[in-house]
Amino acid sequence: MATSKARRILLDPVFNNNPITLQVLGICSALAVTSKMETTLVMAVAVIFVTALANLSVSLIRNAIPSSIRIIVQMTIIASLVILVDQVLRAYLFEVSKQLSVFVGLIITNCIVMGRAEGFAMKNGPWDSFLDGIGNGLGYSFILIVVGVIRELSGSGKLFGVEILKLSTEQGWYVSNGLMLLPPSAFFIIGLTIWAIRTWKPEQIEES
Amino acid sequence: MPRESFARTMVVATCLCVVCSVLVSSATVLLRPKQEANQKRQMQKDILQVTGRYDATVPLADLFQQVETRLVDLAAGDYVDPATIDPAKFDPKAAAKDPALSVAIDRADDLAGITRREKYAPVYLVKGPAGALDQVVLPVRGKGLWSTMYGFLSLESNLQTVHGITFYEHAETPGLGGEIDNPRWQAKWQGKVLFDDQGAPRIEAARGDIDLSQPDAVHQIDALAGATITTRGVTDMIRYWLGRHGFGPFLDKQKGKVR
Repeated sequence: MATSKARRILLDPVFNNNPITLQVLGICSALAVTSKMETTLVMAVAVIFVTALANLSVSLIRNAIPSSIRIIVQMTIIASLVILVDQVLRAYLFEVSKQLSVFVGLIITNCIVMGRAEGFAMKNGPWDSFLDGIGNGLGYSFILIVVGVIRELSGSGKLFGVEILKLSTEQGWYVSNGLMLLPPSAFFIIGLTIWAIRTWKPEQIEES
Repeated sequence: MPRESFARTMVVATCLCVVCSVLVSSATVLLRPKQEANQKRQMQKDILQVTGRYDATVPLADLFQQVETRLVDLAAGDYVDPATIDPAKFDPKAAAKDPALSVAIDRADDLAGITRREKYAPVYLVKGPAGALDQVVLPVRGKGLWSTMYGFLSLESNLQTVHGITFYEHAETPGLGGEIDNPRWQAKWQGKVLFDDQGAPRIEAARGDIDLSQPDAVHQIDALAGATITTRGVTDMIRYWLGRHGFGPFLDKQKGKVR
């Protein structure tokens, strides 16, 4: 498994070709679910599951799909997987699914999933496609977790709901930054992350 | 069969639809009992929390034994015979949308901003150790700034004084209107008197520190900073649900029995 090609497919999307920071896809859900680590992590796992299985299924039937309906076929597969995830969350992780509300359903519209199905899985074998799905899901998760840690810690002084910084409203010293709990703060953090990654890897800077 | 032919397209589309729909519908059917049990548990937990009797170490079903669910005909203020409508099977959210089971609210009376209300609503009677009525939990809902806020209001056995309030569904701004979830704000409701001397609902938001020496202070609740509309939504919804279009007739009849 750990051939260099497989490893490259799996790990490239995390830093070198990250779907959020390089391709700037999937921003919408990254803004919405990252105010708490718990929801962030569940969302990350859900997206990894969907991208991996969507890529695998599309790749398995890629030679049978008539090109005139290929986008519809991909969407149908993705939508079914997302409904499956949503139903499982509602049954087994009820509290978290309440907080994620519509955003699980909106994985369907996450450009990362569709982009990988059309851009990679239609041209590559099932195993490579599966790894590519996991890799891109991991890349998405990596950014989500970075944003989630910063937002929950500075916004509510907690991580996974456990108090780290004692809030001034609870007779502590830390004055929470309410802006961090609002979606725009994720924009700033993602922007700064893109800047940091592109300073580290200048080859990612787009030619103007 | 060539890959781009009409027949091939139809075959692929049909097969895909069948496989996907079987997958999705079996997941829904198999998981539904668990999801419904989750929702029921959540509601029982919310009700017990507003009464201050929730205890994570005791099984929820045992704790809920002390709560009796009855249906109330809101306009008449009487209990509905459980033989006519089973409270366990009554769904207030569905009823509020069903023209046969709900009434339109006149705009002038619609303090809560909900346009329709169900004809029947559940009340949860909480019994004390000796079996006497200790608290009454009423479901309330109303418009805030962004969303309809759903909650429970628990009254002491005198049916005037607040024991607790909680919200289980809303989409108000986190940190501002979302502070209606803050337990410290909710705790400030305890002991507030929701009716004036004439028996009309009275609760209002007050800014800054409430001067507890003033006689009005028992009707005043701390307005949330930066959330004027949300706070007004909360006080308006309580005035609506305690008024004559809400649980008012029911509460009046019950008060008569208490005296």
